[in-house]
Amino acid sequence: MTTVEERVEAPQKGFIGQNVPRKEDKRLVQGQGVFVDDVKRHGMGYVHFVRAPYAHANITGIDVSKALELEGVYGTLIGEEVAALTDPFFELSTPPGANIKDYALAVGKVRFMGEPVAAVVARTRELARDAAELVEVDYEPLPVLVDGEEAAKDEVVLHDEAGSNTVWQGVFDWGDFDGAMAEADKVVRIKRLHFDRFSSTPLECSGALVEYDRGTEQWTLHGNLQMPGVTAIWMGPALRCGLDKLRFVTQDIGGGFGNKICLHPYYVALCLLARKLKRPVQWTEWRTDQHMANAHGNERTFLDVTVPVLADGTMLGFSVKALDDCGAFPRYEPLGCIIWAQVAPGLYRWRNIRVDFQQVVTNKSPVSPNRGYSRMQHLWLCERIVDIVASELELDPVEVRKKNFVRTSEMPYETPNGCVYDSGDYALCLDKALELIDHGSIEARRADAAARGKLLGIGIGSTLDSGTNNFGQSTLLNPELQFSGNNEVATVKLDIFGEIVVTLGTVPQGQGHETVAAQVVADALGVAPDDVHVRVGHDSYANSHAGFSGTYASQFAVTGLGAVKGAVDLLADQIKRIGAALLAGGVTDDVELADGFVRRKDNAEAAIPFMGVGAIVNANNAILPPDVRDVTLNARYVYVPPFELPDFERKFGNLTLTYATQIHAAVVEIDRETGVVDIVDYGAVDDCGNRIHPQIVEGQVHGATAHALGAAIHESFTYDEEGNLLTPNFYDYHVPHALDMPPMKNGYIESPSPFTAFGSKGMGEGGGAGIHAVCAAIQNALGPAGKPIVYDSCNPYWRVWEMLQAPERTRELVSVSDA
Amino acid sequence: MSEPVRSKTVTVDVDGTSYEREVEARKLLIHFLRDDLDLTGTHIGCDTGNCGACSVIVDGTLLKSCMMLAVQADGTRIETVEGLAGDGELTPLQQAFSSHHALQCGYCTPGMLMSAKYLLDSNPEPTEGEIRKAIQGNICRCTGYVNIVEAIAAAAK
Repeated sequence: MTTVEERVEAPQKGFIGQNVPRKEDKRLVQGQGVFVDDVKRHGMGYVHFVRAPYAHANITGIDVSKALELEGVYGTLIGEEVAALTDPFFELSTPPGANIKDYALAVGKVRFMGEPVAAVVARTRELARDAAELVEVDYEPLPVLVDGEEAAKDEVVLHDEAGSNTVWQGVFDWGDFDGAMAEADKVVRIKRLHFDRFSSTPLECSGALVEYDRGTEQWTLHGNLQMPGVTAIWMGPALRCGLDKLRFVTQDIGGGFGNKICLHPYYVALCLLARKLKRPVQWTEWRTDQHMANAHGNERTFLDVTVPVLADGTMLGFSVKALDDCGAFPRYEPLGCIIWAQVAPGLYRWRNIRVDFQQVVTNKSPVSPNRGYSRMQHLWLCERIVDIVASELELDPVEVRKKNFVRTSEMPYETPNGCVYDSGDYALCLDKALELIDHGSIEARRADAAARGKLLGIGIGSTLDSGTNNFGQSTLLNPELQFSGNNEVATVKLDIFGEIVVTLGTVPQGQGHETVAAQVVADALGVAPDDVHVRVGHDSYANSHAGFSGTYASQFAVTGLGAVKGAVDLLADQIKRIGAALLAGGVTDDVELADGFVRRKDNAEAAIPFMGVGAIVNANNAILPPDVRDVTLNARYVYVPPFELPDFERKFGNLTLTYATQIHAAVVEIDRETGVVDIVDYGAVDDCGNRIHPQIVEGQVHGATAHALGAAIHESFTYDEEGNLLTPNFYDYHVPHALDMPPMKNGYIESPSPFTAFGSKGMGEGGGAGIHAVCAAIQNALGPAGKPIVYDSCNPYWRVWEMLQAPERTRELVSVSDA
Repeated sequence: MSEPVRSKTVTVDVDGTSYEREVEARKLLIHFLRDDLDLTGTHIGCDTGNCGACSVIVDGTLLKSCMMLAVQADGTRIETVEGLAGDGELTPLQQAFSSHHALQCGYCTPGMLMSAKYLLDSNPEPTEGEIRKAIQGNICRCTGYVNIVEAIAAAAK
């Protein structure tokens, strides 16, 4: 454990750990980035999708003839063609979910408002939109399911082939829950909690420009996809082609947050159009389209939560029935049915956990991973459990956390389901967070607020950001799946004029990978980050692409940098071998790399600049002795984390490599008349091990916190009973603006991971700590107003007002009994 | 009754260069800049005028270029992010955005910079509250605005 103070005093060596200027910034502050909608090709057509106005309906006819008559319209695509030309995307689930048929366009039936039914391509964006209006689609409306609990009854079934709305169901049973119930002094029961539907809504919408080369039958997709490895696996079989026929290229991406993982349906439609119309096609989603039909976060209802507690406040575990609503198609699901298990006991020493997990489809937008994916929902449950138990048993939420936290001395700590928490100091993080909000003054501030007619409350959100997935967890859902482990690629080469060139398999969307990769390479080669050229974006034809390539799931600091380190170490070794061959009789121990030279350790004058090494190997290699002629100066490394296949029967195994900690504390004031919640103080303490670039880490913390605060108070994808999305744009879906954000105070500690090359941990997702902290603070504030229970993750003014008016309605959700 | 005019010749000055184009009457200024003039530095993040990614300065007035038709811009002088740095030398504001890590993905940055420039041109020493108010029409999904506010304050000094 290194504390803030110790670290500041430690001597700094090299560029790792420094806030070097971001390489990305110079182009981005001048409007010179290249985002997906900036990519143009001669003769390209603009694509506009015709979308379902109904949430659930049979399609009885589609007529595109009027659209095709419009001058400047190049062509169309409808579901029937898609069904003939492609195969359904493969499903990850076992039956019933496995039997769902998911195509690029709706075939025969629409299942959510905004589902693409047809596509029109035209000379201009405006013309394509006009032409789409002329496509006539006949619908026969069907009963609509917008509620997961209703869907689970199967009275209306969305997918006839599946025969049920259940995608996946299974029971996770770790430890001895019945034994814990027998041992408990008190049992706290919570009937129902609801984690709302929202998403991080990246400011740049999804899109792609797709070209088809008829001679080679290759598609090139210039897009803003953030996980091309897995998308390729979906698209190749659907398009009936090998993966070599699909080239994924990205450049600058305007935010992703997981929402740009499931673009494969749109991309398949674009591929078909580019081939059919023999011209490049360009599609950029409109904001309204993104909200209706791109990707929402998982909505989850927790039923019959049961918590056995000892008299001293020790919680022995919990049981729950979790019902996850994934919208109309599973796509990346049912992975959300297992991802939460990375953090099954939260930060706590809970050993007895029983979760009956069911996922259903409804007539709402499909979901996809969304910052904090699946763990955030589960951690919200864990934090609600802690705060509701504390409040019902009159325990101090700070002390009860400390009593139940996993101890630093227990790290690495194996959870009841076999996950290994690598390092951390939760109690210290909590103390620092409380310090940031001046915890000692809370009662005085509460009294001051009360004098002004306001209710003040404090809440804590303690979470883990588990990073670097073991994809073997998918086999806990479906043992037939052939996925496990993880990988990422980087190449580092020394070119003919001494250029140090890095390519990454990662697909950054603002995380500064060019900069951070350059820090690592610079330190390894003894040069400056400015000397390192990191290729912008991802290109699956650049040989820096592996099955799990992408930027997702908090892992760059481990997988991405692991690959960079592996590659640059190989290159450094090659440069030394050339230097040794030419300067030191082949003894590599006698040479070193410094200041852009390879030189003798005992004589700095005996040196060859990297430019010379690059020139010799690439263009003058006849002067080299035979034993170094295998040197290419082009090093490729695939980082593979040390995972094993989890045990299917016990649903047991290590599912992620690192665990970053977030402990946040919020202070809110609530207006008694209106229910408006104002966050008046906010402290965020994060621990992601050693920080390679502290400024970038802090930026990620700020952003994740903003997402969480938006979700806690404003952001909700709300549907009416007909399945109409009521928040399809930034008017109705209110994301935080500059005036909405509270003053944020940040702190950190560094608990290096023992499992990673730099002691760093992935941390980009955060754990949604802000949502949990604000929910807890609202409940704390409302205590004097009848002690209502905060039962939903999203608490806009009207819901808070309802709790103020009728606290007893939420009190019915909770009961305490002697065991 | 006469037919409505479907298109019109528009002349604009964008960042010091004059352009003359035949433009569809219903085309938005942002699409004119991006699709017709290939000036893709200015971005689009929504379709309701909320996000501010497309903010430009037209004849000295800050506005969202998705809320104006291209034909309405006829005869105007338009400033965009692409004209801020003459000869590649970053302005103090652009430099402050980089130094303070006020951008991550960089997608909102062009609009954010124009709003910040407009503020500082008229109010060289804004308070934090004035800075937040000035950029409240610009959505950023990456930074939580923390470092953007800091960068604008630093550039004002």
